[in-house]
Amino acid sequence: MSMDRRKFLKITGLSLAGLTIQPAFRLFSKPEQKRWAMVINLNACSKKDGCRDCIDACHRLHNVPDLANPKDEVKWIWNAPFERVFGGQGYTTLNEVLKNRSVLVLCNHCENPPCVKVCPTKATWKREDGIVMMDYHRCIGCRYCMAACPYGARSFNWKDPRPSINEINMDFPTRMKGVVEKCNFCEERLAKNLLPACVEACKEKGLIFGDLNATDSDVRKILKSKFSILRKPHLGTEPKVYYIL
Amino acid sequence: MLEKALHGARRYWGWIALLLLIVIAGFISYLVQLREGLGITGMSRDVSWGLYIANFTFLVGVAASAVMVVLPYYLHNYKQFGKITVLGEFLAVSAVIMSIMFIFVDLGQPSRVFNVIFYPSPSSLLFWDMIVLTVYLILNLLIGWYTLDAEHKEEPVPAWVKPLIILSIPWAISIHTVTAFIYSGLGARAFWLTALLAPRFLASAFASGPALLIIICIIIKKVTRFDPGKEAIQKVAQIVTYAMLINVFFLMVEFFTVYYSKIPEHIAHSDYLLFGLEGHMTLVPYMWVSIILMFISLILLINPGTRKNENILVTACLMVFLSIWIDKGLNLLIPGFTPSPLNEIFKYRPTLPEVLITLGIYAIGFLILTILFKIAIEMKLLAKKQDS
Repeated sequence: MSMDRRKFLKITGLSLAGLTIQPAFRLFSKPEQKRWAMVINLNACSKKDGCRDCIDACHRLHNVPDLANPKDEVKWIWNAPFERVFGGQGYTTLNEVLKNRSVLVLCNHCENPPCVKVCPTKATWKREDGIVMMDYHRCIGCRYCMAACPYGARSFNWKDPRPSINEINMDFPTRMKGVVEKCNFCEERLAKNLLPACVEACKEKGLIFGDLNATDSDVRKILKSKFSILRKPHLGTEPKVYYIL
Repeated sequence: MLEKALHGARRYWGWIALLLLIVIAGFISYLVQLREGLGITGMSRDVSWGLYIANFTFLVGVAASAVMVVLPYYLHNYKQFGKITVLGEFLAVSAVIMSIMFIFVDLGQPSRVFNVIFYPSPSSLLFWDMIVLTVYLILNLLIGWYTLDAEHKEEPVPAWVKPLIILSIPWAISIHTVTAFIYSGLGARAFWLTALLAPRFLASAFASGPALLIIICIIIKKVTRFDPGKEAIQKVAQIVTYAMLINVFFLMVEFFTVYYSKIPEHIAHSDYLLFGLEGHMTLVPYMWVSIILMFISLILLINPGTRKNENILVTACLMVFLSIWIDKGLNLLIPGFTPSPLNEIFKYRPTLPEVLITLGIYAIGFLILTILFKIAIEMKLLAKKQDS
């Protein structure tokens, strides 16, 4: 290949210009990085006994199968007693109301997700906005992530889930047997500027969702004014689901 | 040399046929599992690993333990192990193959297993486990094969095999350390979150693997004309004794930390194993059987009178093997998952297909072991005949 001096200088010049333009472009065009978080207000949440609006909305939308046998169960968001969610044996003198209260649990979308670290195929990863994602097509079903999750937030498809889905939502994929799945903070709805399905379905406004990095967001405001707790903070996973008692 | 496996007495072929039958039963069960999914096993959302991973963990130990005959022979020139070193290496080969198969049958989507290679993830211990196990398998196959071949040709071992032998020693330690790290690096599971896990794994491996080797050597002595040598067997028995002592000590150390610190989260798992939790006693009888066998076997092994009696020695070795299989198999795995992160107790019980698949893999392992040992022994007998 032959190249005269003029052409060489032109290409060099353009490349150098490009090198300086690119960072400047990034500096001005990059939007503030979002950090999604959820606040669960237990006072508002437990007003109606046995309410499952959020759970049903989520499970219907995401084609989560309804398997009766607890052994094979798949769940993205569910209820468990306060005492079990927040540490078990430590709470011997817990106030009676709180002790038996149902607490909503879901994937915590940790800042330091142990599930991501252990995955041998990168089938689970953390997005820039903090959502911990699952690639159902790459998962080999080793379930190491389930062993690593301190919140029991992950489910495995022990059998083909499709026959157990009451009504298939054609806008969201179903899963196959042998892969792990979990809550995705409704990333498909966030992309359309919609709130997660569970948040929208809650008539008591017990679930508050938003950007932790935005100073004027609902989650920031409520976390600033109220005392909140996290599940297993001592593990350093930094959950993005906060609870208000 | 392979042709040596094709000639044998009726007893040899009967044993092969029996193993093949078990393999077929296991294979049919695996086909069912492939079609239905892992739902046909006893594993659940809460107890998401079971019999397969328990046996994987145990067998990695058996594989690593080959180092206990390789090291004295090659590093300390302990000549008495000359006759059994190859047997130790071949035992490692079959144990590694079984370990890899146990991981494979545990996968929900086995057809995607190569994703581990296509998307390498150095942060995952499973990635490293795959590497160390594969290399260890290749090392032992090469070393065992070329050592035998050299013995057959009455030549020294090829020069390039020597560095591999030296490498296989730290490599054996590495396979079991990495396997322990799979568990001990998880903050989510207090039962496994202990730095002692890797040393404990090694101590139990160096007891159970050589114990199995003794059992096999004594069987070989009974059914073939090959004698591994009384002195070699007694030396291996001493290794089993020391390793078992250290293993029992480590186990007690673990329970000390848990029960003296009294951290509820840690106690819950150990309680489930030793005394039962909220009325659930599933593992308790197994654990106590394991502990009692540990102590009885120690008495038999420490006492020279009983250790030197080969019949009693075999019994003690069976006890060692069984107690560690319980302690390092399901009783290591299940308490890690129980109680669950939401403090629930889900009972795990292996199902029939799961047990058949497990037995099938063991049968494949014993098949490989039988063929490799058959070749090794025929070669050794041949060499001896030519000598005299």
